Amino acid sequence: MTMEDVRQIILSILADIAPDEDISSIDDNTKLRDQIDLDSMDFLDIVMELRKRFNIEVPEKDYEHLATLAGCVSYLTPLLKDRQLAS
Amino acid sequence: MSKPSRDWLKGVLSAYDTIVIGSGLAGMTSANLLAKMGHKVLLAEHHYNMGGLATWFKRKGGHIMDISLHGFPCGMIKTLRKYWNQDISKRVIQLKNIRFDNPQFSINTTFDKIDFTHILRERFGILKEVIDEFFVTARAMNFYDDLVMTTRDLFEKFFPGRTDVWRFLMEPITYANGSTLDDPALTYGIVFSNFMDKGVFTYQGGTDHLIKEMKKELLRNGVDIRTHCMVEKIYVEDKTVQGVRINGQDIVCKSVLSNSNLLTTIEQLTGEEHFDPEFIKEVKKVRLNNSSCQVYMGIKRGETVPHVGDLLFSSVADEYCTDKILSKDVTSRTFSFYYPEIRPGTNRYSIVSSTNARYQDWANLSEPQYKKDKHDLEQSTLDALEKYVPDIRRKVDHVEASTPKTFKRYTLHPSGTSFGTKFEGLKISRDLPKQINGLFHAGSVGIIMSGWLGAANYGVIVANETDKFLRQLSPSLVTASA
Ligand SMILES: Cc1cc2nc3c(=O)[nH]c(=O)nc-3n(C[C@H](O)[C@H](O)[C@H](O)COP(=O)(O)OP(=O)(O)OC[C@H]3O[C@@H](n4cnc5c(N)ncnc54)[C@H](O)[C@@H]3O)c2cc1C
Repeated sequence: MTMEDVRQIILSILADIAPDEDISSIDDNTKLRDQIDLDSMDFLDIVMELRKRFNIEVPEKDYEHLATLAGCVSYLTPLLKDRQLAS
Repeated sequence: MSKPSRDWLKGVLSAYDTIVIGSGLAGMTSANLLAKMGHKVLLAEHHYNMGGLATWFKRKGGHIMDISLHGFPCGMIKTLRKYWNQDISKRVIQLKNIRFDNPQFSINTTFDKIDFTHILRERFGILKEVIDEFFVTARAMNFYDDLVMTTRDLFEKFFPGRTDVWRFLMEPITYANGSTLDDPALTYGIVFSNFMDKGVFTYQGGTDHLIKEMKKELLRNGVDIRTHCMVEKIYVEDKTVQGVRINGQDIVCKSVLSNSNLLTTIEQLTGEEHFDPEFIKEVKKVRLNNSSCQVYMGIKRGETVPHVGDLLFSSVADEYCTDKILSKDVTSRTFSFYYPEIRPGTNRYSIVSSTNARYQDWANLSEPQYKKDKHDLEQSTLDALEKYVPDIRRKVDHVEASTPKTFKRYTLHPSGTSFGTKFEGLKISRDLPKQINGLFHAGSVGIIMSGWLGAANYGVIVANETDKFLRQLSPSLVTASA
């Protein structure tokens, strides 16, 4: 998976969690929380979804890496680089 | 008569990934999520209805009474949408007329930050800066804060000596989760802020509708639901969950998620001998929360009730006082008015009065005394309601009371606790899986994890832990759903 694939996956997960938000306008380097209405339960949903789809475990101490979209991409790409995108 | 117990387990599998004990909002929500994640889930409930305290009953004359549908924060919309479905979440509506009536003040409010700010300024004469600072402080509180500061300290700091303000800020929360001025301020801050976000909400269709929809969703996701099924024992060997006994039958499972009371789960279902003595020492320190009394009043078919408010916090006590609120000599009541909008199409009204109560005040009465005290409670409640709904006695054709004993009987909660445990219970609940592999607890606990929203969200948090545990056992379990 490329960085762009990972980015799209995160965006699709966010779209499920926050269907009323305009996901396409998210800025990669600004905190997600400052752009869309996300609470700690929503971050838990991201973690659960990543485990469900790719069997990757994000330990609680690493949650801070998920604060921005760019952070998500750089944290997750190494974990996902050998995976094929599910068709 | 109920059928022989083995019928209720007919066709049950010999093993499950998770057995969820109890179908309260936490139990149901975690069962639903775990099933959606691909696990094989059995949900066992001893009662014939699901829902736990989120329940209702029907009486002759077409009456439907809700037990705990008085109001929840707007966060419930999101929780219902994410962990249940869109249709369920769309039924959440706002209750806009919250009333206080007591010797210190009479106020109507939408119970949100904007209106509270306005009232605190205009009515109580508090400076805008102080109010803003108070809201910011309450909102910023979280689970990791220190526990030294109590709600009393918090109020003392912002509104010294203003017992009228304290009452305005505290009385509804005491009803919502049994907390007092002496509980950690963070429990107040979290719950108060949740409500202040947008106000108080309810579920259109009533509890019966909600639970029916949840049951459908559970079945769609493949949860094996079993009512009339009492879990009697959790089997543990080598600090690891092996299975459970339900109605006398053993069933194997990799994990147990107990929605039964925390202390019952540890002391009775599992057995203290399976835990570290140091842990049990902490368990012994856990205090249960208080219980409740309610009086349910069904309005005759064709009769109406004027719109006197959705929720009414009424009290004849001079000041806010936890002891008085818990006392059997009732001075404070919360009235919930159910207008036809709650169950569109039925054109019916009902009123439920709730008071916080102590189990020990009701547990040891003789049968005639118990009956008499219940009757007195019904009558004094009607008397108190007369002030708001004149002629109430002519309008009602069903009156019935419940006590802490009633809550205990239906939910099995020790002392009929309405809101789980005090704050210290949360750590014990979180630490269970560190003591026994595969043993999880979710349900009203620690004040902040109680109420409909708290219990449901805690169900999600613990389902996440359970899923993590199950996937570590079988790493191949990847559902590539996109
Ligand atoms: C009078 C009253 C009014 C309330 N009002 C509100 C309100 O307006 N808003 C709000 O948000 N909250 C309210 N609450 C609180 C709210 O109802 C609860 O916090 C919440 O419903 C608790 O959910 P729970 O998941 O902890 O489980 P519970 O509802 O406590 O359910 C536990 C379930 O487990 C089952 N069980 C236990 N042991 C076993 C066993 N061994 N085998 C099988 N089954 C078992 C029980 O039968 C029960 O169904 C109120 C509570 C009360 C009592």
